[in-house]
Amino acid sequence: MTTASLPDHMNPKRSFQALILTLHNYWADKGCAVLQPYDMEVGAGTFHPATTLRALGPKPWRAAYVQPSRRPTDGRYGENPNRLQHYYQYQVLLKPNPSNLQELYLGSLEAIGLDPLLHDIRFVEDDWESPTLGAWGLGWECWCDGMEVSQFTYFQQVCGIECSPVSGELTYGLERLAMYVQGVDNVYDLNFNGREGAEKITYGDVFLQAEQEYSRHNFEYANTAMLHQHFIDAEKECVALLAAGAPGDAGNNRLHKCVLPAYDQCIKASHVFNLLDARGVISVTERQSYILRVRTLAKACGEAFLLTDAGGANWNREAA
Amino acid sequence: MQRKAAGDLKKLVTDALVEAGLTYEGAREYWTPRRLTLDIRGLNARSADVREERKGPRTDANEKAIEGFLRAAGLSSIGEAHVHSDAKKGDFYVAHIVKPGRDAEDIIAEVMPAIIRDFPWPKSMRSGAASARPGSLRWVRPLQSIVCTFGSETEETRVIPFQVDGIVAANVTHGHRFHAPEAITVRRFADYSDKLEKAKVVLDAERRKEIIAADARNIAFANGLELVEDEGLLEEVAGLVEWPRVLMGSFEQSYLEIPSEIIRLTIKTNQKCFVTRQPGSETLSNRFILISNIEAKDGGREIVHGNGKVVRARLSDAAHFWKRDQGDLPDLETLEPSAEKFGLDLKKPLDQRMAKLDALNVTFHAKLGTQGERVGRIRSIALALAEVTGADQALVDRAAVLAKADLRTEAVGEFPELQGIMGHKYAVLQGESAAVANAIEDHYKPQGPSDRVPTDPVAVAVALADKLDTLVGFWAIDEKPTGSKDPYALRRAALGVIRLILEGRARLPLLPFFDIALRALMAQRPEVAGDIAADLLAFFHDRLKVYLRDLGARYDLIDAVLTSEADDLLMIARRVEALTAFVTAEEGRNLLAGTKRATQILAAEEKKGTEVADMVDEKLFRLDAERTLHASIKLASDDAREAIGKEDFRSAMEALSRLREPVDVFFNDVLVNDEDQAIRANRLALLGLIRTATGEVADFSKISG
Repeated sequence: MTTASLPDHMNPKRSFQALILTLHNYWADKGCAVLQPYDMEVGAGTFHPATTLRALGPKPWRAAYVQPSRRPTDGRYGENPNRLQHYYQYQVLLKPNPSNLQELYLGSLEAIGLDPLLHDIRFVEDDWESPTLGAWGLGWECWCDGMEVSQFTYFQQVCGIECSPVSGELTYGLERLAMYVQGVDNVYDLNFNGREGAEKITYGDVFLQAEQEYSRHNFEYANTAMLHQHFIDAEKECVALLAAGAPGDAGNNRLHKCVLPAYDQCIKASHVFNLLDARGVISVTERQSYILRVRTLAKACGEAFLLTDAGGANWNREAA
Repeated sequence: MQRKAAGDLKKLVTDALVEAGLTYEGAREYWTPRRLTLDIRGLNARSADVREERKGPRTDANEKAIEGFLRAAGLSSIGEAHVHSDAKKGDFYVAHIVKPGRDAEDIIAEVMPAIIRDFPWPKSMRSGAASARPGSLRWVRPLQSIVCTFGSETEETRVIPFQVDGIVAANVTHGHRFHAPEAITVRRFADYSDKLEKAKVVLDAERRKEIIAADARNIAFANGLELVEDEGLLEEVAGLVEWPRVLMGSFEQSYLEIPSEIIRLTIKTNQKCFVTRQPGSETLSNRFILISNIEAKDGGREIVHGNGKVVRARLSDAAHFWKRDQGDLPDLETLEPSAEKFGLDLKKPLDQRMAKLDALNVTFHAKLGTQGERVGRIRSIALALAEVTGADQALVDRAAVLAKADLRTEAVGEFPELQGIMGHKYAVLQGESAAVANAIEDHYKPQGPSDRVPTDPVAVAVALADKLDTLVGFWAIDEKPTGSKDPYALRRAALGVIRLILEGRARLPLLPFFDIALRALMAQRPEVAGDIAADLLAFFHDRLKVYLRDLGARYDLIDAVLTSEADDLLMIARRVEALTAFVTAEEGRNLLAGTKRATQILAAEEKKGTEVADMVDEKLFRLDAERTLHASIKLASDDAREAIGKEDFRSAMEALSRLREPVDVFFNDVLVNDEDQAIRANRLALLGLIRTATGEVADFSKISG
């Protein structure tokens, strides 16, 4: 499929949504389940249970999806040309990672019209770690003309649990990538729908007001006392749900029955922590303790997930 | 990382080959972002046979013993063994065992898989389907292929047969990822590196560095600019590219309003690009230099355009920090208690940051409390120091209170290495005096043996207070440096104090200030250890010795003047200086020899239990030499003591050096061991006076030579 043969509004070089559609097509063609965004506030696509939890256990898995991601401290009141407190990540998880993961990724860049003999595409070694998820891996930042447009990670550990087998995670920063292919200097000038004139909808039309309002919210207005309470509630609920669904000792009762709802509360606690951090009310020692508390929840969820069907609790029997 | 890995590869492989009995003429390692390469020259094709003799039982030993010997030596019958005779032991069997040499190819095939499996990467990973099995290969990133060939200079090379986790060694590699991804078949190193070069891969990192450095200087020069050299950055970018191409980009002039330190760090740390400046000036230009990994079809226009965009976005971010740090924080009313504690003016941005630092209870160290508490201590130590040094109390107080405020600024949050520097800039912007602003930056100094030492009294007081608080604090919680471990850089802090005192020629006895610092800490943390002064002073003595040694002073001379309670570093240094001048002059050398002789005789007699008179009795003198020496010692001691009182160590030494002649004459003319016991005891007491007199300036027994 060449980008030249497409109508303008479906061309990934002209339209933000066409960029997403092109990636969907590309990864669908490579055998991924194309999922929809998770319906909760998360800091990165990695938090989607289709990545965090599915990276655990022995069962093969291939998924691709867009995840709206919120980084409250990155709010710039709509004044910075490419820093946003809400942005889109395109996330691909391949388990186990195929040995030609880099080639597959480069294929996706060509699909969206990035010529590697015109643009300087570079893999810069990067150690990835998410203290809140108890996860780490090694990989690369992928730079295009000096801009980090994607991140590669070979997950070694998630939720404090050794990955076996290892998954390959690809994360594209969609706005940055789109700015590249559209040749736009300011994220708010991105053409969202690929139309021109009166029909044109820009990224700014969709998100500028939101960036301004959320920056005020994140840095100035968010009610910190309420957020503190939300954190405590989410933490309690996560623990309670894991206890309620815990497996019994015998027979059919050996699977865990309530991991995903518990994990939602873990995600919630993590986002509330990010908001409190943006409000500047968390001291350095408290910060460590918050991170540790979220990680404790994530670990408990990961361990419980291994006791479910998707976590491979029945998988060896199936294979046999 | 690659540089070290290539070095490790060379060492591990050559060691293993030598261990297996091979020799080689030379080996050199290479690396690129995607490859580790080792070129070994002059390796033998085969290791030498090894002969050894294994002694067996006597020829008349029983069958069991002989069977055991045959088994152990690997012989099939006793006929293969030799019989050796020994006059004492009689005849016994000896097996002549020949371990035949092995082909280099077999040895290489045997050692390589283990080296790859156990490679000492600082951080390694598993990958792919194989990672589901325990014990799968760990490598820095997924290992893609292995090339391993062997052969003489002239004949065809052969691929060494081995495999690691399913990756089979071969003679096929690939060129530049984008320019020449096709397979390349290689025979030997020369062929490999030539073909890679044609496939747009410069294998040698040193050559890549040279290319980058030369091209960067040229492109800057061609634009009327000068490259801001950066060896660390050069090494890093040479490790990121296989085919370096140097290009120049630019950003708007208006960003040059951001402090140049921030611009340089933003462009270097985040973008791995070099900055440029107007030739001969410190002012940065708005051009930067980037290194791409391809020869772009359009000559690099798109790449320059793209990099420029990123740099502008980064600078826009930096400008945002720079601006926000100069504005008000939200929720100022919550900062009032902290403001009151430190006498801060919440109308001023840096004061707000200090209040915030305190209010957030940001930890300095779990056992030493928060940054706010630490600033409180530094403040009280600095004020006590100012009383002694005469620095302006109000300015010292203000500087101490604002010294750590920039830790709460966004610019320092982004670039921690700018601590102090940013505080200085923001202090100037809010109208602090130059002394306060400079002290905020300089209180971290000196950071090492070659860093600048502040001289302004305000900066010196805060710099000393900061370091004394650190040292006393970590001593009080027993977190001292051990061996090579010094996580809190306490050696550097002590060296900082030493340099501040000695290079500032400051008279500051340390012990009273240890006490002040400790009391400030115990007021906040009563549980810490209080008995640390002697140990910390000994640590200072050790660091002082290292410092003076580096300046060329002799260890023995330092030891000779150092007493365990000496805490006035400047006095110690001056004594060492005077003593050095003294013992290198002829008079001094001779007096030293005479004193040593006196001390040795005295020590020997004391050991034997010979009686030594308590006091010298002039009536017991028999010879002129005794009388002259006694009178000279009295005179010299008085003069020396008076000079020391005036801290004039040179004159003290000179006074003592006048003893040289009478001491020489004494040893020449006088027999100490007189038969008369009283005379002998008196003469020994006179020798004791020499020791006491010289002891006024130094312990001569510790001086060598």
